[in-house]
Amino acid sequence: MYSFEPTEEQKMLIDTVARFAHSNLRPASHDADEEGQVPLNLIKKGWELGVLQASTPEAYGGFGEHSTVTGVLAAEEMAWGDLAGTLAVMAPGLFAVPILLVGSEEQKSEHLPPIVEGDWSPYSAAIIEQHYDYDPNELRTTAKLDGETIIITGEKSYVPFANETKTMLVFALFNGQSQGFIVPSKLTGINIGERQKLLGINALPVFPVKFDNVRIPSGNRLGGANGHDFSPILASYWLATAAMALGVSRAALEYAIEYAKDRDVFGMKVAQKQSIAFMLAEMATEIEAIRVLTWEAAWMLDTGKEDAYKEAYLAHTGAADMAMMVTDRAVQILGGHGYIREHPVEKWMREARSFAMLSGTAII
Amino acid sequence: MIEFEAPKPISQQSFVLKTVAENMMRPVSRYFDEHEHEIPWDYINFMHMAMKATGAGSLAPREAPKKDAEGKERPHIGYQMLAFMLEMLSWGDVGIYLCTPGGGLGAAAVQASGTPEQNAKFLARFGEGKPAFGAMAMTESQAGSDTSAIRTTAVLDKEKNQWILNGEKIFVTGGQKSLEEGNGLVVVWATIDPSAGRAGMRPFVVEAGSPGIKVSKLEHKMGIRASDTASLVLQDCRVPFDNILGIPEVIQEKTTTGFKGAMATFDATRPLIGATAVGVARATLELLKELLAQQGVTIRYGLPRQKLTSIERDIIDMEVMLRSAWLLVIKAVWMADNRKSNPLEASMSKVRGGDVVTKITQRAVEIMGPLGYSQELLLEKWFRDAKISDIYEGTGQINRLIVARNILGYSGRDLR
Repeated sequence: MYSFEPTEEQKMLIDTVARFAHSNLRPASHDADEEGQVPLNLIKKGWELGVLQASTPEAYGGFGEHSTVTGVLAAEEMAWGDLAGTLAVMAPGLFAVPILLVGSEEQKSEHLPPIVEGDWSPYSAAIIEQHYDYDPNELRTTAKLDGETIIITGEKSYVPFANETKTMLVFALFNGQSQGFIVPSKLTGINIGERQKLLGINALPVFPVKFDNVRIPSGNRLGGANGHDFSPILASYWLATAAMALGVSRAALEYAIEYAKDRDVFGMKVAQKQSIAFMLAEMATEIEAIRVLTWEAAWMLDTGKEDAYKEAYLAHTGAADMAMMVTDRAVQILGGHGYIREHPVEKWMREARSFAMLSGTAII
Repeated sequence: MIEFEAPKPISQQSFVLKTVAENMMRPVSRYFDEHEHEIPWDYINFMHMAMKATGAGSLAPREAPKKDAEGKERPHIGYQMLAFMLEMLSWGDVGIYLCTPGGGLGAAAVQASGTPEQNAKFLARFGEGKPAFGAMAMTESQAGSDTSAIRTTAVLDKEKNQWILNGEKIFVTGGQKSLEEGNGLVVVWATIDPSAGRAGMRPFVVEAGSPGIKVSKLEHKMGIRASDTASLVLQDCRVPFDNILGIPEVIQEKTTTGFKGAMATFDATRPLIGATAVGVARATLELLKELLAQQGVTIRYGLPRQKLTSIERDIIDMEVMLRSAWLLVIKAVWMADNRKSNPLEASMSKVRGGDVVTKITQRAVEIMGPLGYSQELLLEKWFRDAKISDIYEGTGQINRLIVARNILGYSGRDLR
């Protein structure tokens, strides 16, 4: 069957998240970007909505089955409110979700319940690397086995909350494959650099982290002795960014529509000019097109379809282009006002450019 | 819940139609492209036989809700089935697909605007005896996107209880076959009151053999050459009073019901045209990937853009375009099947389908260099076949207008 109707539970979750996004995240959004900080009470409130909990089985402290589709729906809704805020709320998932997806039974039982059942706490993951052709499948950070120890060496970038987190998941090249490793943050050889300044998502604190022959027990390898398949994690990274890209884009479209319908020009509203109306029509169509693609990819991942990985990749790359196009046009439609930080469209445009490289800062 | 599993009847249908496309369309694609105005009778007779057996035919599904083994109502999937059918046949050859017998747009208009009696009277012929064809005649040389500018008139002869139609229609898809090959019909849009604009427009069924209507010209086109595109001249063309579609009492008033009925037909058929565009695009992309693979060019999905070759990036972008366009079509027809109002999605699927097939076919010919430009391959034909998708059944610009009005909450007066 084809169907585009969320379940009742999904609708309830979407509504809850939407209310939070509308009433809490969005009003704080502008100041958060200016000041470089999402208020902690806001992050905790977002955490209490239970998005991660809804996607974690009871055995590990949650109350639902993992569903990428649900994650996509929730992530779009929250990102509509504020992207940095969403990334902050979802940060613990960077550590928890890969463990849920591919961790060993032992790892799941040990690590998930405290995170899932507890308050928001800064857990994180380190995967992005600071070079132009960063490739999650060809990491330069390495992991080597030395007896019962694994030695990690390399440099990571864009690690959220690295300065506060107690434990993080570090991805490194191990026997030719990208593998995750559970790494406590205070080990010898770990050096957390100065907070990075970016084009956008200024309210999310991200850090470069150096690993200089950091030693961890071999049992800390994600998945246990035999490791894990990396592609489900990567696919989930891609779909998380695609979903958030939809949220930011939708926000920009709605704002541009409202502005265009209100703004007077040449005796009529700007929205009544065909060139503007057509821009808006194309923006709306593009968002809807990428949304259905993202939904299909999420469903394929959930139902174990063979081409799920490829479709998630298509959704990711399509979403990056879509977000750039939509937000750029939103700024254009607002004209000079679009360029001023008082309006949120320039912020959304700065954020939109991140989606092409952001895989690894959010997961569903 | 959200899901994307093709229902069994659709998978089965696709299997059969793929065989039809591969065996009855592709082998003769080039022939009918080179012999414009020759009629693909083998395909037509086969489809006529097959469709009589299944009851298919027009661009609107006629199905009663079926019950499964437990007596529960089966989900409606009529429009979805049509979309898949049109996509696969267009994947085969969209020009030949347009020669499929049955009511086509003409029957869709009858179903949208006609009374149950008219439906019974006019549509029976498509399931009987020999193949018959239905067409819709709207466009005139001075009236394309602006349908309210049509000048074909319909005057009532009260004594003889007949309508007298006068005017000239152009760009009628299947117009020649509908009037001259078999017992078909053309739904002609005329005005009963030229001063009333849209409010005077009405649809009239002109059956094959009616006096006063003739095919005056067959167009020579860029593509879809197997499909006849006809000009029709109506000179005192007389049709029975009952051939005006709709309830007679309402007919003579100044009302836009007729016009709205036409527009509702288009809401339903728009995603189906999107489906035909996707079919051509898919054929193109599949062949392109096959040809490149033969040359040792493979696509490495999963790589960051910085590592992709230019061709890989093009192909990946095409795959995004194609898949998302197709899913938009599915969503639109799913909504139609579930009786959800879908003018926004219908127009979006037409905008994207037309856009995507144009871009994909143009880029594919470019990528294949001298091979792409040559008639050795079907790529150049699909480039030519593709373009009409963004033009007929509502241009991409008109459909953008419709999407814009919808998302802005504007009427036709607010946004022109």
